[in-house]
Amino acid sequence: MRNFFPIFKKELASYFTSPIAYVVYCMFLIIVGYLFYSGISFFSILSFQSLNNPNLAQGLNVTEGVFRPLYLNMGVILLLMMPLLTMRLFAEEKKSGTIELLLTNPIRDVEVLLGKYAACMAVYVIMLLLTALFPVFTTLVGSPEAGPILSSYFGLLLLGASFIAIGTLVSSLTENQIIAAAVTFGILLLLWVISWSASFAGPVWGTFLLHLSATEHFQNFAKGVLDTQDIIYYLNLSVFCLFLTLRSLESKRWRG
Amino acid sequence: MRVTKYYGPSRAIENVTFSVNQGEVLGFLGPNGAGKTTTMRILTCYMPATRGNVRVAGYDVSKNPLEAKNNIGYLPENVPLYTDMTVRGFLNFFAEIKGIDKDNRKARIEEVMAGCGVDDVGNKLISKLSKGYRQRVGLAQALLKDPPVLILDEPTTGLDPRQIIEIRELIRRLSGKKTVILCTHILPEVEMLCSRVLIINEGRVVAEDTPENLTTGLQRSRRVHLQVDGPASEVTPSLEGVSGVLRVKQSSFVSSSGPCAYDIEIDKSDDVRKELARMIVNRGWGLLRMRTVDLSLEDVFVKLVTTENGG
Repeated sequence: MRNFFPIFKKELASYFTSPIAYVVYCMFLIIVGYLFYSGISFFSILSFQSLNNPNLAQGLNVTEGVFRPLYLNMGVILLLMMPLLTMRLFAEEKKSGTIELLLTNPIRDVEVLLGKYAACMAVYVIMLLLTALFPVFTTLVGSPEAGPILSSYFGLLLLGASFIAIGTLVSSLTENQIIAAAVTFGILLLLWVISWSASFAGPVWGTFLLHLSATEHFQNFAKGVLDTQDIIYYLNLSVFCLFLTLRSLESKRWRG
Repeated sequence: MRVTKYYGPSRAIENVTFSVNQGEVLGFLGPNGAGKTTTMRILTCYMPATRGNVRVAGYDVSKNPLEAKNNIGYLPENVPLYTDMTVRGFLNFFAEIKGIDKDNRKARIEEVMAGCGVDDVGNKLISKLSKGYRQRVGLAQALLKDPPVLILDEPTTGLDPRQIIEIRELIRRLSGKKTVILCTHILPEVEMLCSRVLIINEGRVVAEDTPENLTTGLQRSRRVHLQVDGPASEVTPSLEGVSGVLRVKQSSFVSSSGPCAYDIEIDKSDDVRKELARMIVNRGWGLLRMRTVDLSLEDVFVKLVTTENGG
């Protein structure tokens, strides 16, 4: 694992020396900021109305009303943004041939993989931290509950970890970044919409499809519920995809 | 050190077997698509051999790839580099990966940069460098750890003549100390730098010898260039009449009665230059020039490759 750190450093630096990280951050924050703005505006209109209507006021809660939908939406936006962060990981190196230079140096495949994965995770964590501005800002005017917000971030972290693992796997299979992004996007989208057919797929298949869905498992986190089955789902998905990526890197050794 | 490799049923290369001694510069020649790069990639553990085994610096590349790679400096074809890094950052990254300890790292990087002539662009982004500089950055990367084995895949393509000379000088300085495998299709380069040449074609080794032996040993005939002042219509048959002359070719024609140039092939074992001269003088023609033409490595190469293709 000696070479993990140099790879991590190099990959992280290349996200920030190229405009990729800045552009993705910028677009992500614009969209999340807009959602936060419309969420909080709607919430303040409801608050005004509740002054006249005590029944409405009972169910009013800034965490439930603003942050839960915000984080659920963030999960969907991540689904669109994540392929842009992961597509270059291996595809770019394969295209430019630098992978040959890298792998003919005394380095293990697993070091390359984990270094790249960790760098992408770091970029993602920074992106999440930037959105923490919204709950911090809300504490100035209201009192959101810390619990559900923290569990939402924990959930987003796990969600992102599995999305990045999927993106890494796809990127290691192609040398074309567009293909890597398109396929990753397709897989992530499928993991979202797969639960939609759960309602008419019958009881057994319905539960199965709900369990497969990556966004469905996030619901509990957004509510503030930490369920081990959700945690295990994301960890499983991440580890499984990273394992397959490692195999795909090694495959050039036996694939002649 | 010994590198032996057998290669299996793959069409790329087949039963390529060779060994390189320490301190030797081996020229690895072959036309495009002959399997040079494939062989290099197998040597550097980038690709596996379908069959056979490769030992680099005593390590089997399939069993101990890390140790083998630790002893190899490799400059891949087309010199892929991380273009978003600076030269110094790039070399520092590879110095870390190659496990050069922290105390020596900085000094070593500066030393290699100076040696490869890239010290003046150390803080520039690689994407802004010209092809020649990139090539030298790639070479600096290969030399970083002072590896006993250097594998250079076409190190001088795309360079200007001055840069080519510099790179060759660098390789020449390394010879004797390091084992160098120089993969190229530029023949004069091999003649200049290599102590031994291996020619492969269509995945097979077709010749292996010193450049000198290859150029003299493989030719069955010797070529003589003549310039004779006399009527061409009479000179050609007379030359053909001398015993030992295999073939006469009139190579240039000035005027019907003026001097003509001829390329003639004579038997190697039998030097008939004296007879030729005497005959020309006796006929009353002027012998303006006579010189033997040595077969260049290029001719040998073309000969080997074309006969291989023909057969």
